[in-house]
Amino acid sequence: MSATPDIQRVTLAKAINLGLRRALEQDPKVLLMGEDIGALGGVFRVTDGLHKDFGGHRVVDTPLAESGILGTAIGLALRGYRPVCEIQFDGFIFPAFDQITTQLAKMHYRSSGRLSLPVVIRVPYGGGIGAIEHHSESPEALFAHTPGLRVVSPSNPADAFAMIQQAIASPDPVLFFEPKGRYWDKGDVDLGPVAAPHTEVATGLDRAQVLRAGTDVTVVAYGPTVATALKAAEAAAAEGTSIEVVDLRTISPLDVETVVASVRRTGRCVVVHEAPTVYGTGAEVAARVTEECFYQLEAPVLRVGGFHTPYPVSKIEEDYLPGLDRVLDAVDRTLTF
Amino acid sequence: MSTTGPLTDDGLVQLLTPGGQRVEHPDYSHRVAHLDAEALRGLYRDMVIVRRFDTEATALQRQGELGLWAQSLGQEAAQIGSGRALLAQDYVFPSYREHGVAHTRGLDLADLLRLFRGIDHGGWDPAAHNFHLYTLVIGSHTLHATGYAMGVQRDGDVGTGDPTRDTAVVTYFGDGATSQGDVSEALVFAAVNNAPVVFFCQNNQWAISEPTTRQSRVPIADRAPGFGIPSVRVDGNDVLACHAVTAEALERARSGGGPTFIEAFTYRMGAHTTSDDPTRYRSAAEEDYWSQRDPIDRLRLHLEAIGELPAAFTAELDAEAALLGERLRTTVRGWEAPEPGSMFQHVYASPNAVVEAERAWFEAYEGSFLPAGGAR
Repeated sequence: MSATPDIQRVTLAKAINLGLRRALEQDPKVLLMGEDIGALGGVFRVTDGLHKDFGGHRVVDTPLAESGILGTAIGLALRGYRPVCEIQFDGFIFPAFDQITTQLAKMHYRSSGRLSLPVVIRVPYGGGIGAIEHHSESPEALFAHTPGLRVVSPSNPADAFAMIQQAIASPDPVLFFEPKGRYWDKGDVDLGPVAAPHTEVATGLDRAQVLRAGTDVTVVAYGPTVATALKAAEAAAAEGTSIEVVDLRTISPLDVETVVASVRRTGRCVVVHEAPTVYGTGAEVAARVTEECFYQLEAPVLRVGGFHTPYPVSKIEEDYLPGLDRVLDAVDRTLTF
Repeated sequence: MSTTGPLTDDGLVQLLTPGGQRVEHPDYSHRVAHLDAEALRGLYRDMVIVRRFDTEATALQRQGELGLWAQSLGQEAAQIGSGRALLAQDYVFPSYREHGVAHTRGLDLADLLRLFRGIDHGGWDPAAHNFHLYTLVIGSHTLHATGYAMGVQRDGDVGTGDPTRDTAVVTYFGDGATSQGDVSEALVFAAVNNAPVVFFCQNNQWAISEPTTRQSRVPIADRAPGFGIPSVRVDGNDVLACHAVTAEALERARSGGGPTFIEAFTYRMGAHTTSDDPTRYRSAAEEDYWSQRDPIDRLRLHLEAIGELPAAFTAELDAEAALLGERLRTTVRGWEAPEPGSMFQHVYASPNAVVEAERAWFEAYEGSFLPAGGAR
């Protein structure tokens, strides 16, 4: 055992790449599957170099068919493999929606626990990259609404490195939503061994984390909006408002305990995500917080997110996305309620 | 019978005529040459037992003991003929009407009824029989079969020449399923990976009320070569021909020769399910035509013609079938509903706080009611 931790400063994309490499090295049953993930290294280069080092049998360029990718991944998992599927962009997951919701999510239940499907689905999601239609969406709530699936989203390189390995180690299928707008954000990553996926420690796959302590308002975020929430906290602090930032990390199962503990301290809650607020993750958080913290709440729980419109054209996407000003506006509204 | 289109009977591999006459086929006769009279009686027994099972299940549904039943009536030759070509290490991905194949894999047929009784979404251990659970979403499982076969390739269990190791995967589906995108995707993935998978399409001519002409302009088997997959059309009511073509396809798969598409041209003699009413969409004349081509009659006529169906055998078989019927009735009626709290089991393979919280709430809620019989 090395006494000094191996810490490197890398981008979020590179952290996932390193996590995938680690998983491929440690378990011969791990496979990567997806479109253009081989020689090209994926359209975002997240699988860069892995095809060269692990070969085409383990880093598999698939035909251009998302249902086919997921359906064959299920078959591979039934044979004892641990497939990690890349869906090229959020908006292209829908051809696989049937396989994910009717088969992948339900096989363990259908088989009374005899069959497990340890399949990970990596989905670059979210906007802010000036893309054309179908390349900027946030469909996570659709999967969080489906029993049998785990849905997670890292917000920083350190979590991305650990969580991708924890997702691969999970006996349950995991939707791994990667904030593509943050792919090139850098952070320190401890390249040591990661904790088991479902432990009681705060860094487990199903635990939220308080990233910044505060006393006035809890801002709950995940994936791409965590950085926005942290910036909001910084800006608010300059004006004397103390914001506590909770990074959900896991959308399903929701870590109600951590969120509720925070809101009991602050009495106010704002939930931020890029996905439309209507029937979204924020609605679930608001409902649970209201149920558990009714007497501690000083103001209604507010949601900040996308509108009930399709993702707009990129020239106006900054007006759609929940940016710093909209988060601060919501914080002000809870304070002045 | 038209001579073109998806319902033509031109070009079907046949080894046994509807009248029970053996006919020779240059490519396939040798694949059934080893079947002696005892083996033929074995196939006959399988088909009779499965039909009795199917008839009994239909009756149990009519008596209100099953919520629904999907009959296999008329498809016994396709299922028994192909199923009896499988080896222990081969793996089957069925649709939901493959009761005959299940029988050949050694499942207790009663277990197939758990799903239809409403007490289980599955009902058996797939690994114990290499027989996956029934899949109700049409065509989805053809991709699972293909992926499983890709796993077989990665395990190196193809083309070793070791007959106890080389493994094939078979997936069963119907004519309607061939319109599903997943089936086309399965053919693509199987072809480009040269996966050891056999696509066994039972064209029973009806997808509930829609004839195969609503699914295809050409014989369904004709599609496969476009994907780079060899295909064969076989008389699906001829148990010997079904056995022969499947044996060839399995051998190709196990040896590393890749996928094969088999179209077994048969007829759904019963309804789609017990909720269906075929009198609304097909003629009695058509049903009569096919009742003259019953797959079980065909083998019986052959065995009688060669003097290999002794009365003692049929008497014993009748008794076995009757006993099965009795056992099914007793077993099914004895199955109680599971405990309501069991709905929370097996949602996830690992602990899940949301499910556990709901289970705890549900148990407390249930526990809040007074016990039956009123207050003490």
